Amino acid sequence: MAQDILVYVEHLGGEVTDATYELIATARTLAGETGGSVDAAVIGTGAADLASSLTGADRILVADTDALGAFNPQGHAEIFTSLVEERDPAVTLVPYTSVGMDVGNHVAAATAQPLVSYCLKVDVSDGLTATCQLYAGKVEADVEVEGDRAVFAMLAGAGSADDGRSGGAGAVENVDAVVGDLAVTFVGLAEPEAGDVDITAEDILVAVGRGIESEDNIEEAQELADALGAALAASRPIIDQGWLPKTRQVGKSGLSVTPKVYIALGISGAPEHLEGMRDSTTIIAVNSDPQAPIFGVAHYGWSGDLFDFIPELTDLLEG
Amino acid sequence: MKIAVLLRAVPDPVEELELDGEDLDRDFLGYVLNEFDDHALEEALLIKDEDGGTVVVYALGTADEVEQMLHTAIAKGADSGQILGEDLDPIDAHGQAAAFAEAISGEAFDLVLTGVQASDEIDGQVAMLVAAELGLPHVSVVIGTAPSDGAIRVTKEYWAGITADYDVRLPAVLGIQTAREAPRYVAVARIRQAQESGALEEVHIDQPDNGSGITITEMRLPEEGEGAQMIDGDETAAAERVLEILQSAGVR
Ligand SMILES: Cc1cc2nc3c(=O)[nH]c(=O)nc-3n(C[C@H](O)[C@H](O)[C@H](O)COP(=O)(O)OP(=O)(O)OC[C@H]3O[C@@H](n4cnc5c(N)ncnc54)[C@H](O)[C@@H]3O)c2cc1C
Ligand SMILES: Nc1ncnc2c1ncn2[C@@H]1O[C@H](COP(=O)(O)O)[C@@H](O)[C@H]1O
Repeated sequence: MAQDILVYVEHLGGEVTDATYELIATARTLAGETGGSVDAAVIGTGAADLASSLTGADRILVADTDALGAFNPQGHAEIFTSLVEERDPAVTLVPYTSVGMDVGNHVAAATAQPLVSYCLKVDVSDGLTATCQLYAGKVEADVEVEGDRAVFAMLAGAGSADDGRSGGAGAVENVDAVVGDLAVTFVGLAEPEAGDVDITAEDILVAVGRGIESEDNIEEAQELADALGAALAASRPIIDQGWLPKTRQVGKSGLSVTPKVYIALGISGAPEHLEGMRDSTTIIAVNSDPQAPIFGVAHYGWSGDLFDFIPELTDLLEG
Repeated sequence: MKIAVLLRAVPDPVEELELDGEDLDRDFLGYVLNEFDDHALEEALLIKDEDGGTVVVYALGTADEVEQMLHTAIAKGADSGQILGEDLDPIDAHGQAAAFAEAISGEAFDLVLTGVQASDEIDGQVAMLVAAELGLPHVSVVIGTAPSDGAIRVTKEYWAGITADYDVRLPAVLGIQTAREAPRYVAVARIRQAQESGALEEVHIDQPDNGSGITITEMRLPEEGEGAQMIDGDETAAAERVLEILQSAGVR
C-alpha cells in the first residue's frame, strides 16, 4: 500500500491538462521501481466523467463535487490532503503550475511532509532524491529527502505527456468529497480577450525580454520584426510593465507557440518561459550572458548585446 | 486594512552565478528585490491608496543586506518596516515562514502579501507556508485584488491567460504574481528621506527550528550553451549567420 505513487489530476473545463499526463508518466517510472501502483486523484466538478476517460493510472480516486467551482485552492487542497493522509503514498506528485502550487504547498504543510519544488526528475532507487532547478533555471541542484515520504512539484516537461496518456484505463474508486467551512469561494472564470495578433499562428516570432530595458526600445525590435515579416512577442516582465499587450506573452501563463523561427532577444530562459516556446522548429537566442539558460534550448546562439545585433540584422534584411 | 508585505532580496538574475559545492559563492553576489515582491508591494500600496490603512514591510537578513530595499518600500508609501533576525543562520523557506509567522502573528494583519515565488528556495512557497503556520487561507498566483467588507476578491491566473475570481475571507495570505499596475518608481530623494525617517526597526527573532526535510547535495551550472550552436564573431558576423539560418529555415 505504502509504495504507491499518488498523482494530483489537474483539470479545467472538462479537460485533463498535459501537465497531469506528464506526472502520470513520471509516476509510472517510479511505480516500476517501488512495485506500487499509480493512483490518480480527480477532485471537483465533473470528476466522475473525467475518471472514465483518464488513461495511464492503475487506480483513479474520484471525489466528485460541484461545490468548489472550477478550482478552489482551499477545497481541492483539503480533499487531496485527506487522500494523502488516508492512502499514505510513498510519493505524491503535483504539477508546478498555478493550481499545483496551491495544492502542493498545502498538502505538504498539512501532512508535515517535505515539499520539493521545481523538480526535473525524481528517483526512488536509493532513498528519495530529486534534481531541481534553482535561480530561474540557471542552476541545477541534486537534493536528498530525509524520511520516506515527500511531495514533489514537477516542472513542465519533466515527463512526457504522450507516454502518460498511452496507458490503459484504471479502476475507478469513489472517495469522499466533503469539505468543511471554506474561507475561499470560487466566483467565476474569465477567458482572455483575443488580441490584434495571434502569435500562435505566426511563422516567425521576434521575442523580447527584460534585456530590452525600456518601453522606448520596443520600437527597435518592432522594426526588426517588420523587416522579417514577423510578429513581436515577449516574456512576462515586458507584459507586466505594460509595454506590450498580454496576448503577446509567451510561456506558462501566456501562450504556447511553435513558429518555424523563434528569435529570443534578451530573454534569460526561465522555465516558465521555456515551456511556451521550446518546441519551436528553430530557436535563435541573443543574450549578453553566455550562461543564460535560453542557450540550453536554442539551436543557435550569439552571446552579445542585443542593441548591437538588432540594427545589424534589420539593415541586412532591409538592404 | 492592515497589510504586511514580505520582501526578499535574491541574487541579481542578471549576474553570472559562481558555485561553491552545495551553494552559490555569495561573496561577490549582488542582490536585488525579488521581482514578484515588487508587485506584492505595489498591490499593497494600491489597496492603501484606495481604501486607506497601513502597510508594513518585513525582510529577513542583516541591515546591510536589506535596508536599502526596505527604505525604498517606505519611500514608495509603506508606513514602516522591520528587519528580522539580524543574526540568524541561513534558513530555508520553512524556516523563513516560521520566522515571519512569529513576527506578524501578534499584529492583527488583515492581509499578508508575498511574491508568488522566489527562485532560490527548493522547499516550497513562503506564502503558503506562512498561511499554514498561521492557519490562514491562501491563494497563490494572484494578479489583482479588490477589498470589500471582511473579505477580498482576488483574481488568480491559471494559464494561457485564463483567470478565476475568488472571494477570500480575511485575514488571508496571498502570493502575488503581478500587481494591477506596474510597480511604481520612486525618486532617490524620497529614499533618502525614508532613510532618515526612523520608520525601520530591527527585531530579534529566534532561530527557527523547523527544517524543510530536504538537503541539497550538489549544485551545478547547466552546461554552457548545451543545446545551442554558438555563433562566433561580432554582431555583423552574427547577423549574417542568422540570415543564413533564416534562409535554410525557409522563411527568407
Ligand atoms: C506562475 C508563474 C508564471 C510565469 N509565467 C511566465 C510566462 O508565461 N512567460 C514568461 O516569460 N515568464 C513567466 N514567468 C516569469 C519567469 O519566471 C521569469 O521571471 C521571466 O520569464 C523572465 O523574463 P526575462 O527572461 O525577460 O527576464 P530576465 O530573466 O531578467 O532576463 C533578461 C535577460 O536579458 C539579458 N540581457 C540584458 N541586457 C542585454 C543586452 N543588452 N543584450 C542581450 N541580452 C541582454 C540578460 O543577460 C538576461 O539573461 C512566470 C513566473 C511564475 C512564477
Ligand atoms: N527571506 C525572506 N525575506 C522576506 N520575504 C521572503 C523571504 N523568503 C520568502 N519571502 C517572501 O515569500 C515569497 C516567495 O518566496 P519563496 O517561497 O521562497 O519562493 C517571496 O517572494 C517573498 O515575498
